[in-house]
Amino acid sequence: MLRDACARQLRRRGLVVATSGGIDSSVCLALAVRAVGRERVLALVLPERDSSESSAHRANILARHLGVSQVTHDIAPTLEAIGCYRWRDEAYRRALPEYGEGWRSKIVIKGGIEGRINHFVLVAQSPDGSTREVRLGVSEYLQIVAATNFKQRIRKTLEYFHADRLNYAVVGTPNRLEYDQGFFVKNGDGSADVKPIAHLYKSQVYFLARHMGLPAEVCAAIPTTDTYSLPQGQDEFYFALPYAQMDLALWALNHGRPAGELAAALGVTEAQARRVYADIELKRRTTAYLHARPVLVEPVSELAAFAVGGH
Amino acid sequence: METERKIRDFVLRNYLFTTDENALRNDQSLMQTGVLDSTGILELISFLYEAFEVQVDDEEMVPENLDSVAQLTTFVTGKLAAVERSAV
Repeated sequence: MLRDACARQLRRRGLVVATSGGIDSSVCLALAVRAVGRERVLALVLPERDSSESSAHRANILARHLGVSQVTHDIAPTLEAIGCYRWRDEAYRRALPEYGEGWRSKIVIKGGIEGRINHFVLVAQSPDGSTREVRLGVSEYLQIVAATNFKQRIRKTLEYFHADRLNYAVVGTPNRLEYDQGFFVKNGDGSADVKPIAHLYKSQVYFLARHMGLPAEVCAAIPTTDTYSLPQGQDEFYFALPYAQMDLALWALNHGRPAGELAAALGVTEAQARRVYADIELKRRTTAYLHARPVLVEPVSELAAFAVGGH
Repeated sequence: METERKIRDFVLRNYLFTTDENALRNDQSLMQTGVLDSTGILELISFLYEAFEVQVDDEEMVPENLDSVAQLTTFVTGKLAAVERSAV
């Protein structure tokens, strides 16, 4: 599929894959190598100030394992120049005036499974190690997200630079859970020419990693956003449950399983399982905008004959 | 009722971009009908503080308080009454 998409549908000569060292991008990189051969794949590693060392380390191990060429580009100076950290920290300080140099931080979602409305909390750790938690108001929350979205958008700019330079296509790496639930940045990591694992549940991605014999460090990677300076699981930021349970919940909902059955499988109450189902549906509704193509006044029908990939 | 009118006005203007009173029923679920998403709710909470100086506590962040104009009116009226009682 990936070979056909690249050569026949997209008419490009190879594939660019940005790798974070996480399971999804690792599997996508390995699939790209299988599909078009390692000499037609470029791996990009794009760390910034808040990326963990272990991410880059895993990305390096994988690139060596697959024998692909790899370019590492530290995007911190670009993010600094464009104001990513400055805008973000200014919003942090509005929420928490003592926030400053040496503090580490993350954003955590609250609500979901307790039946409350989803809202976001800033968790910040001062240089002396004490932790503060404050609920974020709408303008601070939006500004923090907007500023950190620079990271995904600058990465995508570099991916397309290399893709244009080499006449390659860009591989997007969301799994089904992320794609379905809109866990991506529009025109950031959501943007790509082909998304080879968007139909796979996260557990299937792990299975595929083991099936393809990827290095143990990669197969054991725990999903994080790698976007905030305190360690942050994806489930803390976005999902109501840890990803393995979330994966099961999505599968159960998609296969019409009653909430009681999901509750038994997860060891939660039936009411909680119903809230998880409701949260999945809610996220589908509220993230439709992220998937949407620009709204036109009327279709430009002459282009239909040239559509790629069903669009 | 003043509180209800202010809340209705805000919902109509800010989320629906209209002044048409028929566009919104007071018992309409704002979340189920797609008027409010999670960012919309955060905006609503900041509106409640600006317009009424009402703080929504963590345990009050439930749909029963915030999901329709009627529920919002009851919630705000109750909070304001509690503030008055504690001031006496």
